[in-house]
Amino acid sequence: MNAILTLCLLIGALLPFSVAHAATGEATVQSGSPMLLELTKTKLSKMPAVVEKLEAEGGDAYLPLFRTWLAGNLYYVKSNRSLVEKMGSGKQVTFQAMFSGDPMPDLKKKQVKKVKVNNKLRGKLRSVIARIQLTSEDSSVREAAVRELLAKLDKNVIGILEGLHVKEQNLDVKAMIATALSLYAASDKSNSQSVRLSAIEDLSDSLENDVRNGLTKLTNDSNKAVAAAADEALVSINQRVERYALVDQLFFGLSLGSVLLLASIGLAITFGVMGVINMAHGEMIMLGAYTTYVVQLMMPNHIDYSIWVAIPAAFLVSGLMGVLIERLVICRLHGRPLETLLATFGISLILQQLVRTIFSPLNRQVSTPTWMSGSLEINPVLSLTLNRLYILAFALLVFMALVLLLKKSSLGLNVRAVSQNRNMAKAMGVKTEWVDAMTFGLGSGIAGIAGVALSQLTNVGPNLGQSYIIDSFMVVVFGGVGNLMGTLVAAFTLGIANKFLEPTTGAVLAAILVLVFIILFIQKRPKGLFPQKGRAAE
Amino acid sequence: MIKLLNWFSAGRTSGKYTLPFVVILLSITVLASAANLLLPQDSALYVSTYSITLLGKYLCYAMLALAVDIIWGYCGILSLGHGAFFALGGYAMGMYLMRQIGDRGVYGNPLLPDFMVFLDWKELPWFWLGMDQFWFAMVMAVLVPGLLAFVFGWLAFRSRVTGVYLSIMTQALTYALLLAFFRNEMGFGGNNGLTDFKEILGFDLQADTTRVSLFLITAILLAVILMLSQRILSSRLGKVTLAVRDSEARTRFIGYRTECYKVWLFVYSAVIAGVAGALYVPQVGIINPGEFSPINSIEIVIWVAVGGRGTLIGAIIGALLVNYAKTRFTAIMPDGWLFALGALFVLVTLYLPKGLMGLYGQLTSKRLTKGEQEAAS
Repeated sequence: MNAILTLCLLIGALLPFSVAHAATGEATVQSGSPMLLELTKTKLSKMPAVVEKLEAEGGDAYLPLFRTWLAGNLYYVKSNRSLVEKMGSGKQVTFQAMFSGDPMPDLKKKQVKKVKVNNKLRGKLRSVIARIQLTSEDSSVREAAVRELLAKLDKNVIGILEGLHVKEQNLDVKAMIATALSLYAASDKSNSQSVRLSAIEDLSDSLENDVRNGLTKLTNDSNKAVAAAADEALVSINQRVERYALVDQLFFGLSLGSVLLLASIGLAITFGVMGVINMAHGEMIMLGAYTTYVVQLMMPNHIDYSIWVAIPAAFLVSGLMGVLIERLVICRLHGRPLETLLATFGISLILQQLVRTIFSPLNRQVSTPTWMSGSLEINPVLSLTLNRLYILAFALLVFMALVLLLKKSSLGLNVRAVSQNRNMAKAMGVKTEWVDAMTFGLGSGIAGIAGVALSQLTNVGPNLGQSYIIDSFMVVVFGGVGNLMGTLVAAFTLGIANKFLEPTTGAVLAAILVLVFIILFIQKRPKGLFPQKGRAAE
Repeated sequence: MIKLLNWFSAGRTSGKYTLPFVVILLSITVLASAANLLLPQDSALYVSTYSITLLGKYLCYAMLALAVDIIWGYCGILSLGHGAFFALGGYAMGMYLMRQIGDRGVYGNPLLPDFMVFLDWKELPWFWLGMDQFWFAMVMAVLVPGLLAFVFGWLAFRSRVTGVYLSIMTQALTYALLLAFFRNEMGFGGNNGLTDFKEILGFDLQADTTRVSLFLITAILLAVILMLSQRILSSRLGKVTLAVRDSEARTRFIGYRTECYKVWLFVYSAVIAGVAGALYVPQVGIINPGEFSPINSIEIVIWVAVGGRGTLIGAIIGALLVNYAKTRFTAIMPDGWLFALGALFVLVTLYLPKGLMGLYGQLTSKRLTKGEQEAAS
């Protein structure tokens, strides 16, 4: 119960992030401003003055213009002197209107002229861009601007930064500016040794990539003491980076584990309770994923909410299909597990081909709701993608719900009774056939929900289920049949093991090694990690 | 109970059909070969080389089905990974054929196959050494699947992994091999596999005579293996395996070391699959990791189920029929085949648990009982 509370809190804590992603303001600019005409007329030597006037006039609305100009992609149409942006390079050059972004496919190279730029102007542009960004009202934009500057610090920029450092209220931005100042101070040879050393010390707890690059350069400094200090700082930074890389790996392992968990708990129920190997389980996942796709097709304007419709819909579609399969095929093959395996495999082929005929064999793209896209940045070297984080929480939530269902509900009681002793349960008046159908429907429905989650991570295609079926069997077998806790532990163990092996062995070899490990493990403990005990075991 | 007894006896008495079946099989092969080589192309009875190759392929599949039937029908071990042994045998043959190309490859390297030159390898990996010798490659085609089956079987049967667990483990085995062989670094040609073969033992692989010979050899080997397996399975050892299938625990309590019997039979079956693979590759002209895919292995099981498990001839007939149906189906309506195959899985397990041979047995026994009734009245 506690765990559920924690989960709710976690989800609650994550939701605000969704707001930040939506907020990308669009500033409208008068593309007919007279100052802009100046750009096409003024001589190169007088351009800096024009730039300053433009900055005063439009501020951050002209930011894209300055950027395009700096990159040398700013052109104007000779006939009407309107500004255009060059896209692409080489032979495939196209143009689009500077501010509206409208494509101008008819425009030929001969009809436009480049707005010239030289080194002096570039420096000017850079500092103007920096100034605009650094004075932005959004603190995250300011921070990003400072971070961007780390790689190209020069005297002009430092001057601006020093001024800002005093005024800045936001602590994060202030720290970032301090880092930039220290980085410049450390690399500036005109500073005294003690100033440089203390600057390096300040830098040693920064994780910024550019700081590391700067320090690496400093290790070759002519001043021996500075070089040694830089080396030391670099070592301590790298240690921290490695630690975070480990956390990152762990996160990916947990993420894979959550996917495996989702894919395999449905199987754990059908296999554990009914002793039925459902080879069509993967196709139940696939059906869930396609349900998500169809739901999104039906409500194209409400993608953000579609997932809340898709989850129950997928549960129903896959669950009903499961009940259908159970009633039509599996119940007639009772007590013949190998035949059941073959029959359900046949069903999986039929379902795959059905989907291929209806939706075409090509992969379908399911779009991610905006509140699930993006990532949670913890620090420069560690950022957790939101969709994986949500799926991790979702998997645990589904798991809890299932455990509660089996432990507290009357259906759960019946299911457990049947799984422990079918004949005795029957004698006690449990309708085993009904329980079988419900169990199978439940297991399949959960597979459908897993499909919704998977559709957010991978492409949705007819073979989606197949690629997970063997892995999920491994999870169930590894964890011990008929034991949900075992499935949980096994899923996360295998997920983490896979991701930790990957860097040293490569993804494919890691998968193989894990498979081989399980094969060997089953030899040692045929009943899995957590075997059922007592009479229920045999 | 009587039904059950009937079923078991049907499994055992099918031995009397073996010899006639072999005679029919061999005479058809000889006739088809003669029709290909001796008759002119415009003759009505002419059998095209394409058909010969296709038939040869079917016979390889039949041999593979036989291998699965031996362990599934007679020992109750449902292997969903027999495609792995088949593919390993095939790769051994493929490596030999690859070495025979010599400097006729695209890059003209006398020692290294094209894909290794492409990967910028400087010398032959150790496991390719000796593969230019036919006898060595053939030993490997038998030894590697056998050894894998031995190690796997020894580990699995000793720790008494049975039933669906074992099936899933075998599937995982072939899946792991599939992943492994897809890797370029493995040195087996990655996902392109081995192809572009030129000749076998100096004979041109494209020549009609070579193709017909391969077809004949396959048929003869199939017949030999069928008779050998029939002999083995009706011997004392076969009786014990049947006992293991029907009640392993009881057999063990009587004093048999059931795992030894199972391992032995598993290895025997894997070797047959390896031989089938080795015969398959020169006829089809390619071997790639796709052969390891779990779905291939599971398809073999359905051949056996259609024909009737526990009857060696049934497995062969099932493999031939299903594959013929597959060829026809994929030609007429490519999308329909998987529907048909899926339906076959479901219908056969539901309504034809003993396969076509069982159906035949049912029909004949019905006629018998009818006759008896008439005689009695």
